[in-house]
Amino acid sequence: MKPVNTPARPLILHGAVIAVLFALNFLLPDYHHGVLARVMVLAVFAMGYNLLFGYTGLLSLGHAMFFAAGLYGAALPMVHLEWSALSSFGTGIAAGALLALAVSLLALRTTGVAFMIVTMMFAQVAYLLTLYFGEWTRGDEGLVIPQPQRHIALPGLDLDLTSPTTRYMTALVLFSAVLLATLAIVRSGFGRVLVAIRENEERTRLLGFDVFANKLAAVTLSGAICAAAGATYAILFGYAGATFASIQYSILPLLWVLLGGAATTLGPLIGVLLMYYLVDASGPLLEQYLPGWKLSSLGIVGVSLVLLVLFFPKGILGTVRERWVKWLP
Amino acid sequence: MAAVTPLLTTTGLKKVFGGLTAVDAVDFAVMPGEIRAVIGPNGAGKTTFVSLICGRLPPSSGEIRFDGRDITGLPAHRRVRLGIAYTFQITSVFANLSVYDNVALAVQRTAADRRWTGSLRDGVMSALSRTGLAGRAQERAGALAYGHQRLLEVAMGLALRPRLLILDEPTQGLSDGEIESFTDLVREIAQDATVLLIEHNMPVVMALAHRITVLDAGKVLAEGSPEEIRANAAVQAAYLGATAA
Amino acid sequence: MAFGPHLLLAALEGLVTSAVLALTALGLSLVFGVMRVVNVAHGEFYMLGAVIAWWVASLVGGHPAVGFLAALVISPLIVGVIAFAAERLVLARLSYSPEATIVATIGMLYILQQAALSLYGPEARPVPPPFNYRILLPWFGYSGYKLSVVVASALLLLATWYVLAKTRIGLVMRATQYDRETAQAFGIPVGQVYAGVFALGAMLAAVAAVLIVPISQAHYLMGHDPLLLSFIVVIIGGLGSLRGTVVAAVAIGMADGIISVFFSPTLAKIIATLLVALVLVFRPQGLFGETAR
Repeated sequence: MKPVNTPARPLILHGAVIAVLFALNFLLPDYHHGVLARVMVLAVFAMGYNLLFGYTGLLSLGHAMFFAAGLYGAALPMVHLEWSALSSFGTGIAAGALLALAVSLLALRTTGVAFMIVTMMFAQVAYLLTLYFGEWTRGDEGLVIPQPQRHIALPGLDLDLTSPTTRYMTALVLFSAVLLATLAIVRSGFGRVLVAIRENEERTRLLGFDVFANKLAAVTLSGAICAAAGATYAILFGYAGATFASIQYSILPLLWVLLGGAATTLGPLIGVLLMYYLVDASGPLLEQYLPGWKLSSLGIVGVSLVLLVLFFPKGILGTVRERWVKWLP
Repeated sequence: MAAVTPLLTTTGLKKVFGGLTAVDAVDFAVMPGEIRAVIGPNGAGKTTFVSLICGRLPPSSGEIRFDGRDITGLPAHRRVRLGIAYTFQITSVFANLSVYDNVALAVQRTAADRRWTGSLRDGVMSALSRTGLAGRAQERAGALAYGHQRLLEVAMGLALRPRLLILDEPTQGLSDGEIESFTDLVREIAQDATVLLIEHNMPVVMALAHRITVLDAGKVLAEGSPEEIRANAAVQAAYLGATAA
Repeated sequence: MAFGPHLLLAALEGLVTSAVLALTALGLSLVFGVMRVVNVAHGEFYMLGAVIAWWVASLVGGHPAVGFLAALVISPLIVGVIAFAAERLVLARLSYSPEATIVATIGMLYILQQAALSLYGPEARPVPPPFNYRILLPWFGYSGYKLSVVVASALLLLATWYVLAKTRIGLVMRATQYDRETAQAFGIPVGQVYAGVFALGAMLAAVAAVLIVPISQAHYLMGHDPLLLSFIVVIIGGLGSLRGTVVAAVAIGMADGIISVFFSPTLAKIIATLLVALVLVFRPQGLFGETAR
């Protein structure tokens, strides 16, 4: 009946996804190679969001602040203190995790709609702070990290992050690490408690779990992962701008996760990938058929959100899991 | 006998909602190993009373002691870790999780507290076998028949390895055949846990309870063995006469 | 200018902001109070109100007052129709689940904003005020139109209050807010009431925008600040509380007017947003509001 025993199947699937992404490094033409590197980093952002929204059931409208904390946590020391890429990656994650801990200590006192608005407001404060401290962040214009700094010096190995292949592989390493970590978390006791909290908080409490502490851990972990994505983005692509802290970057991970399938480990990657190419492909098409309409990607984001929530609330992998592949994590 | 101290006591326990006193200065004690039934007409404050014990609600005043320790201010999840388990009156299993995962949540809790040292799977399967659900481990809990969902509630309670198991109207909505096997299950559970049973079904109460406490309008109306309660005129007037006639 | 007159000017500006803000926030509050829907697209209805007002005014020739008055009537009506349709086509199909509706209104926000960009363009355009009369104070002259905005807003607020508190429409709305199922059982067409409330909320925002557009120009991104300020007002005033909304709007509008004259607007926004987030954390029912149901 069962060709492979149940716990092994997801591992094989995730291994295969990583292997395909690795192979694509050698197969893709330049343009798509660059796109995929970016998509993998943004998928890490989406995976961090999914941990909280999909698995724990907490809808945050402020995750841009965690991405931005990683982005600036890495870019500021690199630009102003000339720190190395590796230690700046560390400060980026630390900044995101600390911010997430502080925000969640406050925001988790609220639930439902109030939680969404509180997270959105904290993110708005973070965004305004990046503008207010424009002297260091250079606001909307953004910081450009000098090319010579964008390399990782390891004993006996110097990785030049401006080279497309190194960049791709670095993104892949981060992506794989976070993907496998998500898989491990979801299948752990902690992951089971998070899902239980999503399903019924009161029942979870009466099974002896400290709901607040578990949510706190979930937000902090989610924030740290999003910050890792932000820090990597700054280091790999050499740019940190205030746009990444704006409300739009709080909405995008929500859209990506909804599209790919909330509470699925691979949904975030699929969501980011599809959305990227949808926006990419629609630009020239709209220009061709509706010239002069000046339609931007935001309109597509809007239409996608409404259509998803109306007709496809479980997203791609959520639907696949419901209909066909029950074991999908 | 005199050396045995109660597992659970409440002293002057009171809960006021707005102007309504739902639980009114209740003094109550349960001995270890006992099956205690709490009965009373609708609105007598039974569910409020056990909600105070398990910590779902904070009391307005009074004290709750468990195993000699004051737990009045302890949050619900900490009480569970001390060994107080509550099964819900309205079935609230995790409908979208498998039967296995529902029970696994309880087992991983006791494992974390070092009150269960076996493997997760063994813990889950033993609780499922005791409730006769072993064959349904991979089913979605929400897809189970109602009677099976009630059993799953009990299995989750069992897997918490409680010292005090509170069953809130466990036979509600069950068929006669299901009630019979359920009664056997409670007897078996009582061999290593104290059971606090809120129940409307009088034959079940009479068959199971060692002692019965009757609540009426938030106060203890009577307490005694099933025979004493059956013979108590006040209880008959307030309760039995009205429903069990 | 000396400090005193400067403060007076700031207070007058704050009063105008308050008046328009009260109308806008009341719309948001009404929708949340009755439907339990957080309408993130509310600011875009405000923006539509302004943009359509420009369109109407530019079509109507003659004296500026004619165009303005036409806009004051037509623009809220068009916005109301759009909101009504959006409610029926989208929100009603989501069974008003808080998560789904918030995601849907975020979608609407981008759709409306980008539609305005496509059809109206990226330019900021003014609508001429219906009259140009300057009130001469001893220290400075002040626009009579701005003061008339305050009066008009107050009248509109009173009218809204009257409808909500004294008419059958208001009664039906309160019944629906209080208990949806029972209202339905009593033959109240809950679906249409919801759509009507959503449209009314949007129209309040639109009318506020028409009033303000002769002072600040119509632009496709102008919905952002009113949305945020309305959120702040509704949170401070208590979700779904009419009186609290008005009191909070006046407080926030005055504070905004005065603070932005004396301090950096960004810093003022940072502090205000942070304070409001903390109000929501520690006093979720607002500072003035009755307990949210």
